Amino acid sequence: MKAPLSWIKDYINLDGIGIEELANILTNVGLEVESVQLVGVEKPEGKLKNKYFGLPWDKEKFVVAEVVEVNQHPNADRLSLCELNDGMGIVTVLTGAPNMFPHLGKGRLEQPLKVAYAREGSMLYDGHQPGQVVTKLKKTTIRGVESRSMICSEKELGISEEHEGVIELDADAPVGMPLVDYMGDVVYEVAILPNMARDASILGIARELSAALGRPLRLPEEPTLEKGGAIEEKIGLEVKNTELNPRFMLGMVEGTQARKSPYWVQRRLSLAGMRPIDALVDATNYTMLEIGQPLHAFDYDLLRERAGGKPTIITRTAHEGEKIALLDGSEPQLDTQMELVTDTVGPLSIAGVMGGGETGVHAETRNLLIESANWNFINLRKTLSKTRINSEAAYRFSRDVHPELAETALSLCLKRVQEWGGGEVVQGVLDDYGKPYVDTVNRISAQNIAEVLGQEISLEESIGILERLGFTCWIEGNELVAKSPATRTDIETGIIGQRNLIEEISRVYGYERIAAKRLSDELPPQLGNPDLEAEERIRDILVSIGLQDTLAYRQTSPEREARLFIGRKAPAGLAYVRLKNPITPERTVMRRSAMATMLELLEYNTKFRPGLALFELGPVFLPVADEILPHEALRLSIGLTGAWDVASWDRPQSKAMDFFDLKGVVEALLDGLHLEGVRFQATAHPSFHPGKCAEVRVGEEILGVMGELHPQVRKNYAFGQDPVLVAEFDGEALVRLSNAVFTNKAISSYPAMVEDIALIVDESVPAEDLEALIWQAGGKLLVDVKLFDVYRDARLGESKKSLAYQLTYQAFDRTLNDKDALNIRNRIVKQTKNTFGAVLRSS
Amino acid sequence: MLETEGKLQAELARGIEGLQAVGNVESLEAWKQEFLGKSSLVMQTYGSMAKLAKEERPVIGKAVNQLKVGLEAALAEKEEGIKTASQQETFTKETLDVTLPGRKPRRGRIHPLHLTLRQIYKIFADMGFQIYRSPEVETDDFNFTFLNIPPYHPARDMWDTFYTDKEGVVLRTHTSPGQVRVMRERAPENIRVILPGTTMRYEQLTARSEIEFIQVELLVVGKGITFADMRGTLNDFARRTFGENARTRLRPSFFPFTEPSAEMDVQCFVCGGEGCGVCKGTGWLEILGCGMVHPTVLRYGGYDPEVYSGFAAGMGIDRSTLMRYHIDDIRHFRNNDIRFLEQF
Ligand SMILES: [Zn+2]
Repeated sequence: MKAPLSWIKDYINLDGIGIEELANILTNVGLEVESVQLVGVEKPEGKLKNKYFGLPWDKEKFVVAEVVEVNQHPNADRLSLCELNDGMGIVTVLTGAPNMFPHLGKGRLEQPLKVAYAREGSMLYDGHQPGQVVTKLKKTTIRGVESRSMICSEKELGISEEHEGVIELDADAPVGMPLVDYMGDVVYEVAILPNMARDASILGIARELSAALGRPLRLPEEPTLEKGGAIEEKIGLEVKNTELNPRFMLGMVEGTQARKSPYWVQRRLSLAGMRPIDALVDATNYTMLEIGQPLHAFDYDLLRERAGGKPTIITRTAHEGEKIALLDGSEPQLDTQMELVTDTVGPLSIAGVMGGGETGVHAETRNLLIESANWNFINLRKTLSKTRINSEAAYRFSRDVHPELAETALSLCLKRVQEWGGGEVVQGVLDDYGKPYVDTVNRISAQNIAEVLGQEISLEESIGILERLGFTCWIEGNELVAKSPATRTDIETGIIGQRNLIEEISRVYGYERIAAKRLSDELPPQLGNPDLEAEERIRDILVSIGLQDTLAYRQTSPEREARLFIGRKAPAGLAYVRLKNPITPERTVMRRSAMATMLELLEYNTKFRPGLALFELGPVFLPVADEILPHEALRLSIGLTGAWDVASWDRPQSKAMDFFDLKGVVEALLDGLHLEGVRFQATAHPSFHPGKCAEVRVGEEILGVMGELHPQVRKNYAFGQDPVLVAEFDGEALVRLSNAVFTNKAISSYPAMVEDIALIVDESVPAEDLEALIWQAGGKLLVDVKLFDVYRDARLGESKKSLAYQLTYQAFDRTLNDKDALNIRNRIVKQTKNTFGAVLRSS
Repeated sequence: MLETEGKLQAELARGIEGLQAVGNVESLEAWKQEFLGKSSLVMQTYGSMAKLAKEERPVIGKAVNQLKVGLEAALAEKEEGIKTASQQETFTKETLDVTLPGRKPRRGRIHPLHLTLRQIYKIFADMGFQIYRSPEVETDDFNFTFLNIPPYHPARDMWDTFYTDKEGVVLRTHTSPGQVRVMRERAPENIRVILPGTTMRYEQLTARSEIEFIQVELLVVGKGITFADMRGTLNDFARRTFGENARTRLRPSFFPFTEPSAEMDVQCFVCGGEGCGVCKGTGWLEILGCGMVHPTVLRYGGYDPEVYSGFAAGMGIDRSTLMRYHIDDIRHFRNNDIRFLEQF
């Protein structure tokens, strides 16, 4: 909402309050000032907390002037030469403004034209460039005539984008007066909170200021309306559904004219962001901006013509298949939920949203019918959600307007149409107020206030605040009784009503005056956050190994995730959480695969670094049959590619990482989480190289899968030559199986014995199984087994391999001797022979 | 006998004198041969001890021992000197250009938003707040209705919502649904929790606006919780986050799930309130929205608003992290460009 200061001042005395101070007061009562536009006025001095823009009008250079004669430019048809009195004498000013042409060659004007005049050297906005470009007014010669100064349009002064003609000021503008003194202004753009829609009006803003400053509000003079009377002969009214249309009023002005409004009206509308049209439309818009009640104007004669006699206005919901062409040319689809204003012939407007083009005001309108109505805001919002129409009227009605305002607005609007457009107000108004609004009454004690705020505010002070906001208040016993003003629908009853009042009292009292305290209530049971702690442990371990933590977008597309599969063909029937209103085709669903995310992260980053080691811990979204919400399954993904080491000036890059680098990272992680009974097992997976893929198990449970990306899948991504290694884990299982507490192993103080043995076995014997048996056969004196070589050679035999281990023996109670070692070794050799046919390789 | 003693004494003097000329390992070896080798006076004297008269032996024995000890001590001292000198030479040869760059180890880092989260967890943990997490895909009821935002309420305009193809299921627009979830789980116990997590809003993706972002809310429910308590708690949080002298201000605001509602600003930590690019010249930074839990929300959570009260506050951590590190583009957080992440 844009509020010109000059307009606010119609309703409240703001003497002694600076431009910046006023902005801060507005922000502090909940009307956050987003920007301050300076219209001709100098920027305030000192430290400013608000955003300012605009152009000052130099008092010496910009003045009110009068054009006394308009003559034709000798060499150009489209230019005229104006004889102008700027208060210091007569000067000739050149202009191309079309609104000077009607006065051309009329000699001395009977009624001089008051204009905004800029002298040579003025800084103003260039009227011929788009947007606001500041330029200095310099002497030029146009077709043989010298021009030093100019008559200004609104665009040149920064009032609006209007550059069609020059401004014609009101006749009472004093010639020679600095323009800024005559019509300089400040426009506050305030954000209207959803619960303060009543302040989407100048009067609403003034009312907030009145409460905050403790200064009285001056309400506009509003002639009393008589119900019924002569108007009943002109028009009929029928409201079909008072729930949807609680109030509908009609008033009329005859013999008026759609001429220009006084300039001060046009200027206020422009500054408030609405385009001035003519006196009739301007009167409805001006009143809406002033009061917050939207109005609609019909050309009465067109209605009469349609009806072929006395017209009747009928408000009702749309019939199936009905149509209307709106003012903006659109033709929205109507349905039976939508409330319309119609006549006996058909729809005239979508109620509270936008009028039809057929019966609106036009240049020749003489007899004007004004609608001032109230609409059910919920129903109206449904209409808006379907038609997606934006209008100033819909903006206000969709936030609920008090039905009492319909009467105030109609009264003010009728008066203005008559003042600005001429004509006579038809006696009486039609008023169907089928659902009178009952203003709420709440009771509140000083204790109620203190219990919510933790701060005593006296009932006297509270009454003062509420009364200035328009509440009617009195005291009963130790309670304040407050009747809500007939401008507001947001104050409820009961405990919520009390809260509403406390909010009103406290925001005007000032949040800054409420002293801070520390929580003193009893602490709730301290439950701890074990899952989160385990997740953070996963992050810490991986980071300590040297991997980078990342954070993934949840939204992706099935096409992106299909890259995980050969030929980008995902298995059929993958269920997704799908978005109804995706923001781009790349983000249409919630992700199912953390591995897909990881591959994208690796792909994106390979061009920046020769080696990458990333991980990501976050949810995937798996729809569950018969459940409303998906399962948000925690996933850990790890991705490696390129070299682990960074090359340095004297040492080359290490080899590209392979499967065992990934396995090492995974082992270190699982070791750090103190998982017990972890096993790696070769497996098949559509995304991985068939021979370089393993699943990680604990018992029967599969924790995750890891491997090198399948060459065919790799083609779906822009990777270089290095293997791409990825692991994806079930994060919930990791968290559940991880042990924050474990049994620390004792360290023996007796020396250890170390010896190497090499065992020849069939290729088919898994290293893991052989090692497990070594451990088992070694007994408790075997404390470490380290595979240090895998060797294959024809001399070993067909399909044989030799695995060399370094074995460490150690006891806790004595120093072992050669005999001990021999015993252990013999056991190992014997048992591995029995189970796997292992042969001890002699060195 | 005296003659022999004299010879031995002269030998010591000669030895020490000879040692002075020794400057390297080779000449030291020659000196050793001459004075302590097989044909040296010392060794020959030892060798001829048997031939000496019985009464001469102790005297000569003592003298030759003294000579040997004297020579050896001198030798040891000389050896030490030569060793130090040659080591010095080696050091000079091995001297590095210490300004050459070090070899970079691979270093893992926590994502910047996770760093911010951890800091917030820590601060609130100190104040007795636990962590409560809830779904990112939510029902319309939890995301809106239970938070006092019934269907078609004007307040729904405050959130640009992603809807799913399932009726009544949305991507949560804030972490507030967790408020009602935690209340329903814990009622009638007192509550002090923070609710962190990813939230999503239908917005244009630009350098300043994201469709996904992380929020942290706090919720306190108990008997006699007041606006003043809220102010105190949030001030403490601001001081812990922005420094002991951080100044805050509360402005009226509107959230359907709180009443009264407020917006808290903290004095710009970049310019100290003087006005700068980060605070857009205002000297203040908007950091969180807050308010007293609306009676309707308490009721949906299973608490009687006549008996219980509470406050809630919520902040977006993407924006505050952005300001903290002067990050120019909010999308960096989820694009995970390694060149960005490596800086933390
Ligand atoms: Zn700043």
